[in-house]
Amino acid sequence: MTAPELIPTIGMEVHLHLKTRTKMFCACPVRYDVRPNSCVCPVCLGMPGVLPVMNGRAVELAVRMALALGCTIPGYAKWDRKHYYYPDLPKNYQISEYDQPLGLGGHLDVETGAGVSRIGITRVHLEEDAGKLMHAEDGGNYSVVDLNRTGTPLLEVVSEPDIHSAEEARAYAEALRQLAVYLGVGDCNMQLGQMRCEPNISLRIGTGSDGKPRYTPISEIKNLNSFRSVERAVAFEIARHRDACAEDPKGYTLERLGKSTRGWLDDQETTFLQRSKEEAHDYRYFPEPDLAPFVPEAAWVEGIRAAVPELPRPRRQRFVRDYGLPQYDAGVLTADREVADFFEKVATATGDPKTASNWMMQDVMRVLNERKIGIADLGLAPERLADLVGLVTAGTINRNTGTEVFGKMLAGGRSAREIVEAENLAQTSDEGELQAIADRVIAENPGPADDFRGGKEKALGRLIGQAMKATAGKANPQVLREVFIRKLRG
Amino acid sequence: MAATDMTACRMREALRARDLSAADATAACLDAIERLNPQVKAFLSVDAPAAHARAAEIDRRLDAGDPVGLLAGVPVAVKDNMCTADGQTTTCGSRILEHWRAPYNAHVVERLLAEGAVIVGKTNLDEFAMGSSTENSAFGATCNPWDLARVPGGSSGGSAAAVAARLVPLALGSDTGGSIRQPAALCGVVGMKPTYGRVSRYGLVAFASSLDQIGPFGRTVADAALLLQATAGHDARDSTSVPEPVPDYLAGLEEPVAPLRIGVPRQFFGEGLDAEVEQAVREALAVYERLGAELVEVDLPHATDYAIAAYYIVAPSEASSNLARYDGVHYGYRSADHKDMIDMYMRSRSQGFGDEVKRRIMIGTYALSAGYYDAYYKKALRVRRLIRRDFDQAFEKVDCLMGPTTPTAAFRMGEKTADPLTMYLSDVYTASANLAAIAGISIPCGFTAAGLPVGLQILSGVFTEDRLLRIARMYEHEVDWASRTPPVCEVPA
Repeated sequence: MTAPELIPTIGMEVHLHLKTRTKMFCACPVRYDVRPNSCVCPVCLGMPGVLPVMNGRAVELAVRMALALGCTIPGYAKWDRKHYYYPDLPKNYQISEYDQPLGLGGHLDVETGAGVSRIGITRVHLEEDAGKLMHAEDGGNYSVVDLNRTGTPLLEVVSEPDIHSAEEARAYAEALRQLAVYLGVGDCNMQLGQMRCEPNISLRIGTGSDGKPRYTPISEIKNLNSFRSVERAVAFEIARHRDACAEDPKGYTLERLGKSTRGWLDDQETTFLQRSKEEAHDYRYFPEPDLAPFVPEAAWVEGIRAAVPELPRPRRQRFVRDYGLPQYDAGVLTADREVADFFEKVATATGDPKTASNWMMQDVMRVLNERKIGIADLGLAPERLADLVGLVTAGTINRNTGTEVFGKMLAGGRSAREIVEAENLAQTSDEGELQAIADRVIAENPGPADDFRGGKEKALGRLIGQAMKATAGKANPQVLREVFIRKLRG
Repeated sequence: MAATDMTACRMREALRARDLSAADATAACLDAIERLNPQVKAFLSVDAPAAHARAAEIDRRLDAGDPVGLLAGVPVAVKDNMCTADGQTTTCGSRILEHWRAPYNAHVVERLLAEGAVIVGKTNLDEFAMGSSTENSAFGATCNPWDLARVPGGSSGGSAAAVAARLVPLALGSDTGGSIRQPAALCGVVGMKPTYGRVSRYGLVAFASSLDQIGPFGRTVADAALLLQATAGHDARDSTSVPEPVPDYLAGLEEPVAPLRIGVPRQFFGEGLDAEVEQAVREALAVYERLGAELVEVDLPHATDYAIAAYYIVAPSEASSNLARYDGVHYGYRSADHKDMIDMYMRSRSQGFGDEVKRRIMIGTYALSAGYYDAYYKKALRVRRLIRRDFDQAFEKVDCLMGPTTPTAAFRMGEKTADPLTMYLSDVYTASANLAAIAGISIPCGFTAAGLPVGLQILSGVFTEDRLLRIARMYEHEVDWASRTPPVCEVPA
């Protein structure tokens, strides 16, 4: 008998902080850079007598994300209370959406080395985040609680179990992050806890005698806060399930062991059991009596749908199709919405998307990567870059000088033209002047000149190089080239 | 006339005419509290210096002719489950909040202060408003001013007794299943539960969020109308408060409702109704008939037995959730000796809550548990809709419904504490109004042979408080129950 084929079957729950000014149910600001317990009020502290008031902006962002994921927005969503006791949850219940969430049934296309796969989205719902509990660092028998995060609007996106590898799990999380950032729904800074991933892993063992698929027990890994840990933790669990399955093929099943919750130790690269099936909470969900159900008007939803920007994947395909960009370049330029917007402005202003793309890829992206900044912090408007590109295209300066001018534009507030004029960088295209230089270079470099005459094309490069040196880089290389060819072959 | 004998409306006129100073009005109330509260035990806390200072400030404003509010200089008591940021505790009658001082004012407290009221103190209640006698208070029971051996009703027993004993002309209570109307009936005062959403719950410590509603106590219908006027209206901090305009409740109060069709629900005169109570209520109905009203027998098939059953699922379920926050972590009572976190939770809650609160937390926790939710909570919500439909259908035919507020007059201390189910039946006529979210009022309609007050309950549709008050006033105009003084007040000074 051959061993059954084991197919990893993975669903993912992702929590995202929404980019709102204030918390989900009170007016406290959402801040990450302030001292503990400084952004709190009676409402988020869960004081006796307080009541929640829904943050309309959070709902709008959640609906935007749901629409971008292709979800339907039911005409009725309601709030529920989910109960569990923990000191970071002052009310000892979390306001969430249990059985009637605001978004249902969408998908997200994900790319890996193996190709593109479509991951189903089960549901999208809103809830409030809990605070942070920190155990005594001095080894003392106490913990401290920071409730600044309590009540931060939290979007939960639950996928179908359509993910089949660790690589795909990571790609899914990355694609979801890109989408949320693209839409302005969240910043998704994982170090700040603005995005947390919880994969549910099981292996499909094959088919039982009843014809239905059989699975290994589900393990849910809690609170993964980097893409790397998502990939590694999933890979670890897949391997652990394989081993357990090999050891006890009959017993290691979902039917017998159910679902357990596990934690991930990043430094040890291993998971550990947090809660078994028997210890699972009964959350005692019931409808939140302090909040009215959410009944969005169709026109309001359509308004949000209309404002959803073009998404990264379709935009990339359009860049390839309409601008003739290579797949790779289109991918880089659409990864960030602001970069893509910037590029399109330069492309439109210059009327030359391919050249604009070269400038973006070679000059702009290099600086962004070196300085680790976003394009908004570049200090250069796309129209000004377009002016520079125009100077090169028109032959006023050559391409290398262009890169030099680009650097100077970032350093100061001057325009490309001002820099070129002030520093006398305009290239020499005057044939008479370049002929004199060419004559001198040929006289001084008889070897390469003879080589070229003898048919060695490469020798021309050396001659042009010498001439560029003689003009301090200002000669128009195109004109120079023609002059040399005429002189040596004509 | 002594200030404590004045109705709030009369006192208000005297204050505006400067025939009475706020300082004197407040001093008279504080004096009465000092004399009588040791017997009645209506107040849990009284801040005399703050009340004096506040009264002096109101006097200055009145003397200067500055604009003052509806209640300028009128002493008011507040049930101790409404948050006051004045440094007094907000205990909810519970050990678990014995020393808790709210960092903010409830919406109604803000309203009272904006209208110039002098808040003299906080009144006793059944712990977290769970009970019908105030015997569940962790700080001792309140006594009925008409017979100190009897209960004042509950859970707003402290507020009802304070108004009945003329310690204050006005007090706020909260009503989840009858907690204003039942003690109003037992103490011989007017008590009203407005429509759900009429008064903001912000700052009212939640018992059962979908049922709780704040309302007024006064010795007359006009006084209740005055306090409702001061506290009603939309509040953006309470998503369940309704942006319905607030009518002028006092303006048309003396105008009778005519024609008036009164529905008399068969189910409100069934088994368990005391004969003397029934007689007093029938006599009140006869008064309305004399005034030209038409009495119509109506059927509310779900409004009594089913109401109590549904109520004791919905209210404890919400309570089990609302009271989860009292865990000893962030505020309130924390057990001193505990082994670990779970132990701290368990000991703090075991020691901090009284028996009735624990009983309801357990009922509610059970009803919301996985596998039981559909059979209990969900079913109770369906019953709730049926009750609402009963009322909607009735209000298509009649302007209001009338019946006894309670099955019996005030019962003896300890009489029902051993049997929670008997105690729960004290709310048999009142709980349905909370489940249906409609308005209700209890007004005095006579006394038993033993000298105990009897209450007439009048119910009307959502946001019809103005008409409800006018209907109540029609009867009050014909009788003089409000001038009777409870024996405790007649003790020589």
